Amino acid sequence: MTIGWYLAVSALIFAIGAGGVLVRRNPLVVLLCLELMLNAANLALIGFARMWGNGDGQVFALIVMVVAACEVTVGLGLIVAMHRRRLPIDVDEMRELQG
Amino acid sequence: MSATTAAWLVLAAPLAGTIAIGALFNRLPGRSAGWIGTGSIAVSFVFALITLYKLQQQAPAHRELTSTLWTIAGTVGVDARATILVDPLSVLMICVVAGVSMLIHLYSISYLQGDRGYSRFFAYLNFFVFSMLLLVLAGNFLLLIVGWAFVGAASYMLISFWYRRTTATSAGMKAFVINVLGDIGLVLGTFFIFRHTHTFDLLASFHAAPHVFASGSGDVTAGCLLLLVGAFAKSAQIPLHTWLPDAMEGPTPVSALIHAATMVTAGVYLIARMHPLFQLAPAAGDVGAIIGALTLLIAGTIGLAATDLKRVIAYSTMSQIGYMIMGVSIGAYTAGLFHLMTHAFFKALLFMAAGSLISAMGGSQSLDRMSGWRRALPFTFAAFVIGGLALTGVPPFSGFFSKDSILLFAAGRGGWHWALYVAGYLGAFLTGLYTFRMIFRAFLGDPCPEALELIDHGHLFHPPAPTNPANGEIEDTDVGFPGPDHVIAERALPMRVAMSVLALLATVGGIVAIPNTTRWLDHFLAPTFADSTLLSHPSNGLLYFGLALGTVVSLVSIATAYFVWVARPALAPAIAARARPLTTLFENKWYFDELIDAVVVRPGAWFGRFAQNTFERVIVNGVLIGGTTGLVRAGSALVRGTQSGMLRLYAGMMLVGIAGVGLYFLLQS
Repeated sequence: MTIGWYLAVSALIFAIGAGGVLVRRNPLVVLLCLELMLNAANLALIGFARMWGNGDGQVFALIVMVVAACEVTVGLGLIVAMHRRRLPIDVDEMRELQG
Repeated sequence: MSATTAAWLVLAAPLAGTIAIGALFNRLPGRSAGWIGTGSIAVSFVFALITLYKLQQQAPAHRELTSTLWTIAGTVGVDARATILVDPLSVLMICVVAGVSMLIHLYSISYLQGDRGYSRFFAYLNFFVFSMLLLVLAGNFLLLIVGWAFVGAASYMLISFWYRRTTATSAGMKAFVINVLGDIGLVLGTFFIFRHTHTFDLLASFHAAPHVFASGSGDVTAGCLLLLVGAFAKSAQIPLHTWLPDAMEGPTPVSALIHAATMVTAGVYLIARMHPLFQLAPAAGDVGAIIGALTLLIAGTIGLAATDLKRVIAYSTMSQIGYMIMGVSIGAYTAGLFHLMTHAFFKALLFMAAGSLISAMGGSQSLDRMSGWRRALPFTFAAFVIGGLALTGVPPFSGFFSKDSILLFAAGRGGWHWALYVAGYLGAFLTGLYTFRMIFRAFLGDPCPEALELIDHGHLFHPPAPTNPANGEIEDTDVGFPGPDHVIAERALPMRVAMSVLALLATVGGIVAIPNTTRWLDHFLAPTFADSTLLSHPSNGLLYFGLALGTVVSLVSIATAYFVWVARPALAPAIAARARPLTTLFENKWYFDELIDAVVVRPGAWFGRFAQNTFERVIVNGVLIGGTTGLVRAGSALVRGTQSGMLRLYAGMMLVGIAGVGLYFLLQS
């Protein structure tokens, strides 16, 4: 199997994730979609690692997972805080920082 | 100790005094600040005498010593060094300046007592002496300009010494502005000369000048005329004289030191110092001579009409400096400096006596209120008369020899210089008239109430409330106003000592250059002025005729003053009424203040308003500032539209952007 197929799957997942980020308004789902995009990148990294036959890409993938975990922690914390303050759980409603 | 080392110490002593008094000004008890100030000038005077002694030990041809302490800036064709020049001219000046300053400091110890700014006064006064000594010792144009500007600043600080008097602060500003005009003249003149000689060093400039300038060429004439502007502003020659009478707002010792004896003669020193340049620019010398002659006549007539005691002496100072400027401009360097020296003695003496008299009047300076002080103030009267006789030029007082030697030189030059000779003797007549008008009105006649109080009760008059003599405003005696004490020479030993020494010098000072007898000053100054090309060879007959004429003119003028103001008291008002237009002209000081106001101040103010209303409002505020802010505002409005706060829009734009960048690089490879 050539690297092309791995990349095709990775691109597909990335596109689904990006589409989700752009389309969905629930911050929880936006976070999920972000996670999807990160994992698409992970897949590509591991594919490349396999192609070159060394472990560098896998190490990168592990680091991305750590970053993703941190990001989810912060993101979920924000969403819980919003919920507690009875703010609408909708990214389009939160636009106080407009110019 | 070499002569130059001593000269550096002459400079160092007053500077140390300034710093010491300035640093400790509120910790110095009683009159100690005055004694520190006087002591530092005394040290300076001693070193000046050592410099004189050491210089006289050199052979006459080698009496031009320079000493450089460090290089301020030595780069691409600029040679700015901290150099002093010790030659007979500068040594004469430091001896006169330090000596007279020492006596005036001594006088001030008593005169200023009780003033809340006592220490500040002596710090300023020491700073002035340092600046003046720097000016006369400077060995290059740069240091000369620094000293020149410093004395202007010191003069400003001391005129405005009573800084809560509005009249004093405005007089200080006027003096400063006109002096800065002179500074500009001096700086521009220096540039004209530097452009051709390529050196700031005075001696090097003088040596190079005959080679780089053709005699009477445009550049050297322009440079010398600009130097003359500096000299006129500093020495109060018309039309830049209007600050000097107003400068009398300062304390009387300041008038004696700065505005009579030393600073205002800096212009005379400048012309004498620059004589190798002025000899290449005869036209500039002629301008100086004519302005000097005009000043001595105009100031004399104003002095005849002024009623403020100190202003009469101030106009007399202007008039006497007119003689000096005229003298050094026509080449009578020794005579001009001789008059500078004797004038420093008798004019400082007159101001000191005037200060004592003003104190006795409780601060009032109006001649109309003074009369009959002769019995109440015998010592002050004696000092005033000695100063007056020397000023008028009665033999054998010092002024007699110095004034006549200038006029004799003018006569010896011949040609149109005879006009200067006639103007000089006319001025001498006016001098006697206004001097003895002042003395007779203040000291003869029936004693005024203040004098009676002093004679009958031995009690010095104090006004019920301290007032400003210029405008009658009620003042207090806190810092920034004159103190509560009034001191007369009869009751203060330091003042009597200072005045006695000056009276002695004013009487016998002429001995240093009696024509055909003692020509010490001529021999002493000969090395400096040996290269002078403006020579005068008056005959012996002319000399004795001049001496006789001077004697007759001075005695006749005193007799006339006695006749008009004492013997026939009704005569003076009658003459004034008959010649009303002339009296009005003199009383209004020839309308010079109004002329300057109309020619310079009003157009300047009009132009300033025009610039503010038109240029600043339309071009600066409207186009430059308005245009810039408008541009920034429009640009930010354009970008602000994209800041919608929509998270998903930002994410989309980021995606599109990154995808665009990625595509670009893909297509490139």
